[in-house]
Amino acid sequence: MCLMAGTLWIATRKGAFALRADARRKIWKLSGPQFLGHVIHHIVADPRDPKIVLVAAKTGHLGPTVFRSVDRGRTWKEAAQPPAFRKAAAGEDARAVQAVFWLTAGHTSERGTWYAGSSPAGLFRSEDGGVKWEPVAGFNDHPMRAKWASGLGTPGGELLHSVLVDPRDARHLYMGISVGGIFESIDAGRNWEPLNEGVAATFLPDDTIAYGHDPHLIVQHPLQPDRLYHQNHCGIYRIDRPARRWVRIGKAMPKKIGDIGFPIVLDPADPEIAWVWPMDGSTVWPRTAPGGKPAVYVTRNAGRSWQRLDTGLPRSQAWLTVLRQAMCTDGGKPRGIFFGTTNGEVWGSINAGESWRRIAGNLPQIFSVTYGP
Amino acid sequence: MACTVRIASPLRSYTNGAAATDASGATVAEVLADLERRFPGMRFRMIDEQDRIRQHIRLFVNTQAASELSAPVRAGDVVHLICALSGG
Repeated sequence: MCLMAGTLWIATRKGAFALRADARRKIWKLSGPQFLGHVIHHIVADPRDPKIVLVAAKTGHLGPTVFRSVDRGRTWKEAAQPPAFRKAAAGEDARAVQAVFWLTAGHTSERGTWYAGSSPAGLFRSEDGGVKWEPVAGFNDHPMRAKWASGLGTPGGELLHSVLVDPRDARHLYMGISVGGIFESIDAGRNWEPLNEGVAATFLPDDTIAYGHDPHLIVQHPLQPDRLYHQNHCGIYRIDRPARRWVRIGKAMPKKIGDIGFPIVLDPADPEIAWVWPMDGSTVWPRTAPGGKPAVYVTRNAGRSWQRLDTGLPRSQAWLTVLRQAMCTDGGKPRGIFFGTTNGEVWGSINAGESWRRIAGNLPQIFSVTYGP
Repeated sequence: MACTVRIASPLRSYTNGAAATDASGATVAEVLADLERRFPGMRFRMIDEQDRIRQHIRLFVNTQAASELSAPVRAGDVVHLICALSGG
């Protein structure tokens, strides 16, 4: 049996926390807060060197920035040049980053490269480990950008997220925009093309459009990078490239649960296995656990069927929500699966979701839960 | 022009905790540029990349609100960097 100790990085509306486990993952110790009072959207440990951790931060008053640690979060230094759009020319839309929402470590062959996604939708790249960030003009100044990301976004603001780097090719990128859709680049971000065929957009008058969709989270399998899944505002999807059409695998979910949610997590060793956290997308979109009964659902056959995993989770009156970055796996054996809720609880399973227990509570609203070895 | 700058608490991580500092400049923009030279990163938390004052930042020269970075600053003035926020 391969156990796994490590750190769960918890990003919240009021600061950053860390949960560290013993080798058996039985005892969890909470540390923090760091950046108390800061809105932390994402914390990402560098898979190329987990001592390096980046944090996307702002406060209620102050503008957005990125902090960087090179000692697993013991000390932090602010980016010398945080993500920012270029200065607008006269007559241009003068965009300003309101929040750094997403962080992705670059390709293993490009040590020091990072990507950041912002609200409003902007893509930024650092080649020095997150110290200086430059706008990715291939997207931010793309002639179609204003149409792809029209600003008619979600209540929390238009978001660029799910920046994915193909492990076989540093130049091959995917990303998602809420609301805007999924986009692909094969030239390191110089040009982008929509990749939304087959995806529903029932909130728009024309459901067959090429862009304008609302992907909540896109994930790419590390061992089979042509397989991607995504949890959308309108269902759960899978694609096997070079196909260009997404297949709605959420139709196999129980009808009374539906296939709406924010997060989706893949088993790093098996591209057939994925976990989701369904939420109520009916009527006025409560976005809470359907019926107040939270559950994770797993597919072990790439979405042909789903099983409910709720042992240990509250049985009733638990109106939880799990946001898009707030569920992860530690990759251990058996798989550890963890999620954080908007009411400040962290739940964990160390048997691939078969049973759950609360490992932290009374935290601020949780935006992301990520794993670092 | 030498002036005094009073610094709201959310910005004091840049000034090693100092609540006030001396600065120089003939406009608010120049005063902020002087602060940025001495306290790197501070300006961007108040002023966005389009040189607009951020939504929850208020700048005053003495008792006069400065809505533009071109607002003049004279010797002996007090520039206030104020953070304004509501909600929980």
